[in-house]
Amino acid sequence: MDIIEVLLQKVRPKSKRGVAGIWLDEHKLVAAARKVRESGYTKFEAISPFPLHGIDEAMGIPMSFIPWITLIFGLFGFAFGTWFTWWASAVDWPLIIGGKPMWSLPAFVPIMFELTILFGALGSVGALLFLCGLPQVDPPVIDATLSSHRFGLFVPEDDTGFNSAQIEKLMRDLGAIEVKGAEF
Amino acid sequence: MISRNPLVLGQKTYETITKDICSLVETFPSPAYYLGVGGAQFLLLIFLFAQGMIVWYGMGMMGVNHPVGWGTDIITFVFWIGIGHAGTLISAILFLFRQKWRTSIARSAEAMTVFAVMTAGTFPILHTGRPWLAYWLLPYPNQRGPLWVNFRSPLVWDVFAVSTYATVSAVFWYIGMVPDLATIRDRAQNKWRKRLYGIASLGWRGTARNWNHYEMVYMLLCGLSTPLVLSVHSIVSFDFAVAALPGWHATIFPPYFVAGAIFSGFAMVVTLMAIIRELVPVFKNYITLDHMEAMNKIIMTTGLMVGYAYGSEFFVAWYSGVEYEQFTFINRAFGPYAWAYWIMITCNVIIPQLFWFRYFRRNIPWMFVISIFVNIGMWFERFEITVTSLHRDFLPSNWGMWIPTLYDFGAIFGSFGLFFTLFLVYIRLMPAISIAEVKTVLNVGREGGTHGHH
Repeated sequence: MDIIEVLLQKVRPKSKRGVAGIWLDEHKLVAAARKVRESGYTKFEAISPFPLHGIDEAMGIPMSFIPWITLIFGLFGFAFGTWFTWWASAVDWPLIIGGKPMWSLPAFVPIMFELTILFGALGSVGALLFLCGLPQVDPPVIDATLSSHRFGLFVPEDDTGFNSAQIEKLMRDLGAIEVKGAEF
Repeated sequence: MISRNPLVLGQKTYETITKDICSLVETFPSPAYYLGVGGAQFLLLIFLFAQGMIVWYGMGMMGVNHPVGWGTDIITFVFWIGIGHAGTLISAILFLFRQKWRTSIARSAEAMTVFAVMTAGTFPILHTGRPWLAYWLLPYPNQRGPLWVNFRSPLVWDVFAVSTYATVSAVFWYIGMVPDLATIRDRAQNKWRKRLYGIASLGWRGTARNWNHYEMVYMLLCGLSTPLVLSVHSIVSFDFAVAALPGWHATIFPPYFVAGAIFSGFAMVVTLMAIIRELVPVFKNYITLDHMEAMNKIIMTTGLMVGYAYGSEFFVAWYSGVEYEQFTFINRAFGPYAWAYWIMITCNVIIPQLFWFRYFRRNIPWMFVISIFVNIGMWFERFEITVTSLHRDFLPSNWGMWIPTLYDFGAIFGSFGLFFTLFLVYIRLMPAISIAEVKTVLNVGREGGTHGHH
């Protein structure tokens, strides 16, 4: 075992054990996710190589609230741009340039605009990483094909009313081509 | 129902899409690829040599002098920044317009944006003459007062616009790549490959909860990039338009610059896609003739807009009744730099008219040649704006000519070496077509679709 492997062990995220099923068809996966949710599970995950139509509704995932974060960061960038150009040009070192007023607002609009966009964009991406818990160091992957052409469901052991035999049967009945115990 | 042409050819499945797109990253490329890298590296060496000499001995190595103080550096900066705009248009604006055909070219177009902006960024920094002091352009607390930058200057607006554009485009490009980097990580057989792509993919696993936030952020970044890209070339045009010089002081400049930017940028995308299709034949299934045709239509449309702007400038000069303004434009078309003006008109207005014909829109060699002409024409457009306005202004005793030196040519041609080196390294290391997104448009135009849920 090399030194990097030892270091990786220390920073790996804590994973859960549970049952995973794998599907070949994304529509069957969405239907399966709906059934699993109707069976009372709440903490399960669907894993897909691309975003799936209808999965949010099937799993009861609410619409992302990141737009509000974007709005807050964008407004902050705008306010910062307004304040900073005023403070630097009219307060901290007032200089008459081109006979303009000290606080020549129209000339500062480009700065205010660019800072609105910059803060809004970086704030959104920061929120995405935070909400997804990224970056993660070497998290366990159920199956390498789940980022290519197959679709998976994972029900963790700590989910309400977890019963591995029942879940395995449910998944097979819903068309899973493979059901196994897994770590995620 | 009107039938649509499929966006992906060759009866692909999800699995073969992954395999096809990863093939360039996972196998050794053709000899043509290495030849291309060699050529790009050679030009890059010329660039480094020319710019190194200019930094070491000073700006006198280039042709800039009184009265033409803005030369190759500013012209080529505007040229490369303009190239970048088509990438954002494809990745962000066409996304908001639900143009599904953008999917397979968006990744490489966005990469083109990032590399074009990087290439462009070197020029104003070198144009300062003392690039080691370039950080003075930023407002940071300093021991000179602190003396802040002049926020009323268009050049400072430009610093903010270009640096914001570079940051947001790079972040957008990278976030778009994260799921695909995870795909390459999961396919990796080699331990180090798995680790490096594991780091690059940030540990992405594609859970439904993550995709939910991811899609939202992707759309938000498109929404933010759209006004951003329009602002960037508008602000670049302010560098000229805010000055009270005939030929620069024009209200048409922001839309005229943005149209020109998209025009030249799409030409560069066509150039690059024609090259990629040859280097990686399997990509012909993803970047189809329909894609190329759509881009050629945009080139023709924006070419007409640019041609309209050229005409409008002449009309306004005549209609204004200002003799200096009138002289500037007559001097452009019939003065000592008339040859450059007519190169611009030929390349930008006349040659793209060939795209009225379906044959030229769908013929790869023809469109490759036309796209190169467009880029030559767009370089000359910026030359026209920058140099011919400066070289003969109000006082005839203040007239002069701009004569480029070998170092000017080294900087211009060498910058293509920087751009193509970055681009060729990128297509080898990163997924050049979005693996995840292409899968979502697989059924477009297919006979009945595979699942019939539309």
